[in-house]
Amino acid sequence: MSEVLLAAHNVTKQFPGVLANDDVSVQLRPGRILALLGENGAGKSTLVNILFGMYRPDSGDVIIKNEVVDLHGPDDAISRGIGMVHQHFQLVPPMRVVENIVLGAEPSKRGLVDLEEARNRVVELSGRYGLEIDPDALVEDLPVGMQQRVEILKALYRDADVLILDEPTGVLTPQEADHLLSVLRELTATGLGIVFITHKLREVLAIADDIVVLRNGRVVGETKPAETNESGLAEMMVGRSVVLRVEKSVAQPGDVVLAVDELEVNDDRGQIAVDRLSFEVREGEILGVAGVEGNGQRELVEAITGLRHPMAGTMRIDGEEVTNGSAREISKKGVAHIPEDREKHGVVAVYSIAENSVLNRYHRSPFSIRGVLRRDVIERHAQEVVDEFDVRTPSIAVAASSLSGGNKQKLIVGREFSDDIKLLIAAQPTRGIDIGAIEFIHRRILEQRDKGAAVLLVSAELDEILGLSDRIAVLYDGKLMDVLDAQDADRERVGLLMAGITK
Amino acid sequence: MSRSILRTIAIPLAAVVFGLLIGVVLILSQNASPATAYTALVVGGLGDADALLRTLQKATPLIFGGLAVAVAFKAGMFNIGGQGQLLVGAVFAAAVGFGIDGLPMVIHLPAALVAGAIAGAIWGGIAGALKATTGAHEVIVTIMLNFVAGNLTDWLSANPWKDNSGNNIVARTPLVEDSATIPTLGAVPVGFLLAVVVAVACWLVLERTTYGFEVRSVGHNRNAAQYSGIKVGWIMASTMAVAGMLAGLGGAVESLGVDGRFEAGVNVGLGFEGITIALLARANPLGVIPAALLVGLMEAGASRMQFKAGVAPELIDVIQALILFFVAAPIIIRWVLRMREDNSEQLRLGAGWGQS
Ligand SMILES: Nc1ncnc2c1ncn2[C@@H]1O[C@H](COP(=O)(O)OP(=O)(O)O)[C@@H](O)[C@H]1O
Ligand SMILES: [Mg+2]
Repeated sequence: MSEVLLAAHNVTKQFPGVLANDDVSVQLRPGRILALLGENGAGKSTLVNILFGMYRPDSGDVIIKNEVVDLHGPDDAISRGIGMVHQHFQLVPPMRVVENIVLGAEPSKRGLVDLEEARNRVVELSGRYGLEIDPDALVEDLPVGMQQRVEILKALYRDADVLILDEPTGVLTPQEADHLLSVLRELTATGLGIVFITHKLREVLAIADDIVVLRNGRVVGETKPAETNESGLAEMMVGRSVVLRVEKSVAQPGDVVLAVDELEVNDDRGQIAVDRLSFEVREGEILGVAGVEGNGQRELVEAITGLRHPMAGTMRIDGEEVTNGSAREISKKGVAHIPEDREKHGVVAVYSIAENSVLNRYHRSPFSIRGVLRRDVIERHAQEVVDEFDVRTPSIAVAASSLSGGNKQKLIVGREFSDDIKLLIAAQPTRGIDIGAIEFIHRRILEQRDKGAAVLLVSAELDEILGLSDRIAVLYDGKLMDVLDAQDADRERVGLLMAGITK
Repeated sequence: MSRSILRTIAIPLAAVVFGLLIGVVLILSQNASPATAYTALVVGGLGDADALLRTLQKATPLIFGGLAVAVAFKAGMFNIGGQGQLLVGAVFAAAVGFGIDGLPMVIHLPAALVAGAIAGAIWGGIAGALKATTGAHEVIVTIMLNFVAGNLTDWLSANPWKDNSGNNIVARTPLVEDSATIPTLGAVPVGFLLAVVVAVACWLVLERTTYGFEVRSVGHNRNAAQYSGIKVGWIMASTMAVAGMLAGLGGAVESLGVDGRFEAGVNVGLGFEGITIALLARANPLGVIPAALLVGLMEAGASRMQFKAGVAPELIDVIQALILFFVAAPIIIRWVLRMREDNSEQLRLGAGWGQS
């Protein structure tokens, strides 16, 4: 039992301008799950990339099965039994599951790929580990959770005895995430060791055997689930005590701002995604929309913000009908929108922070006059947003692509909050960002509520919904299951509604 | 600031140097002297007023053609239709130039230029409008429109607008009136000055106006542009119309300032060179000017080079192709690897292909 499956020994890695790993040591033993915890940019991915042979450490050693190794690339690591599931899947979408799994290690017969044999081995493997999958399905047709399963099978197919997963739950719904955790636990029964990266405290406590916390490239703590709790872990991660749940006062709802009546919206494939929804949001309250992702939230938000035409029904803002209004007409009514996908909709990656700070205000005074941009005014505004919303950046002239996720999100929130807001549509406002930034953004959303804005908060994070909302609407299959007062809502009750179960 | 400019021009500069160096090898392989050849090339393009005039005249349509491609790139589209847009611009400018007489120059010349610009704008706008409304890919549509434009202008210059003077049998229009002819100031053709002014104007519009901001937003991230309330379809259609207008102006300047008429077959290929120029300029409207001057110089000096050094003038085409290759190669490589790249610096040449 003294065998060390995989270890980093005093590993240091310098990137231009950042010390990504500073004298880091970690150890993984057979049958155990090692959780690497840390905020975005803490150096978690860098560390596992070194263990997987993608980067070479500047100094320090990688140890595989009690042996110091010199990895020249992922192939080296794979041949030594290390498997990795990356943050972004490395699959070929139009190919079948079995083809994806054996890709690069295909069994062959007379120079041809022996798909029959490949299929048999995949079926055997998925049976052995209880990872059910249809080997003949096309990867592009699979939900994200299943695609991840393909990635795991890919590693197991190559006889991995160490599995590294980089933020595997970031792309999953709560249910899928829970399921993954139990699958991983079962996998360790065969002696497999797992390195599990996350920044979600609950997951760490639920699954880890050993916990290593990284901050700014250094190991700042090692612990075990039994010896700590969420706030202890959060404090280690951030380096100060943090409020996991922001204080909020009782809402003072006023007049109806957004009134949605019998709204029907189709998705990209023309199928009904929002099925005759009716609800209202009043000034000074936060209506949280809970639901497993893909139950119509995206289409609902796009319809309300003018990015998608509803098929039927009406929407009113302050009593005025805006049902087929364009995005710009709706934004003119005092509607701010934090989009769910910040890379896709929220920022233009190559634009400077200054340009991004006026992405949907550039056409208004004072940022432009008669069609000519006023760069000095824009730059001053950007500096204000950066200062007030604590966007960590060397300058407003750098491209948005150089910002971390949390800082990009703060930039977006700062941009959206720089006017008086009547209605705030916040879709997944804290997805994939660190605790410090989450706390910050939650405070700012509450601040808007207290200033009298009506807030529609759409989130797949149940904790976020429960923590911020005054009323909670649960979406299932495009339909409104129920609207609960926050006092009457708890994880269980909302969770059942999210699964479409009404008592 | 100056460092970032240096970084931007490093690749084109290196490409030119590499192109010329391989040119040396090619010249040696023809048993000629590279020094003599390149000296003759430069003298032929800059040596005296005539040479300079030739260079500037060659560079003028290249600037317009380069802008037609560069501006479309900014909106994330690949305009292969410069050739067709240039042809319709050339024939309609010539038609106004010879078809009306008795107008003073201050009215006639601008009218002829505008006719060419409008014709080009319509030609480019068709592709943009089809893309915006039906999603038809602009590369396919503009290639097809090139064929339509080629045949249309052949027919126009051979039939209704044919030059019937003497015993002319060539498909060409009559000479344009003096009042529609672009004058020359010393060794500087006014058409060239117009091209420079238009290039600067393009840069100003793209970088300093809300319209330019919308164009660049659409080019860099169509989804974010839509989110911010920009009418993406309108921007794509209008940018292609502007691109077509620029190429059409190039054609108009050819007819009114260089050839004095439209003649079928004379302008063939000019529109395509715009792609070379835009790549060399890395889609920067200001960069289009030096890029066009360089290529214009090589074309203007080619015949002297042949005469003095005995080097086939096709060498110039080869060097141009090499330069283009070296400019495009790092971009292509980066594009292939773009998932790993910090995309803040890269020119989105792939955008027109990758998005539908
Ligand atoms: N290839 C790279 N080049 C330069 N800097 C990098 C590179 N990869 C990561 N970094 C930097 O190293 C630090 C650690 O990043 P990373 O390991 O990805 O953190 P985490 O996975 O914990 O979010 C960050 O500051 C990041 O910007
Ligand atoms: Mg990471």
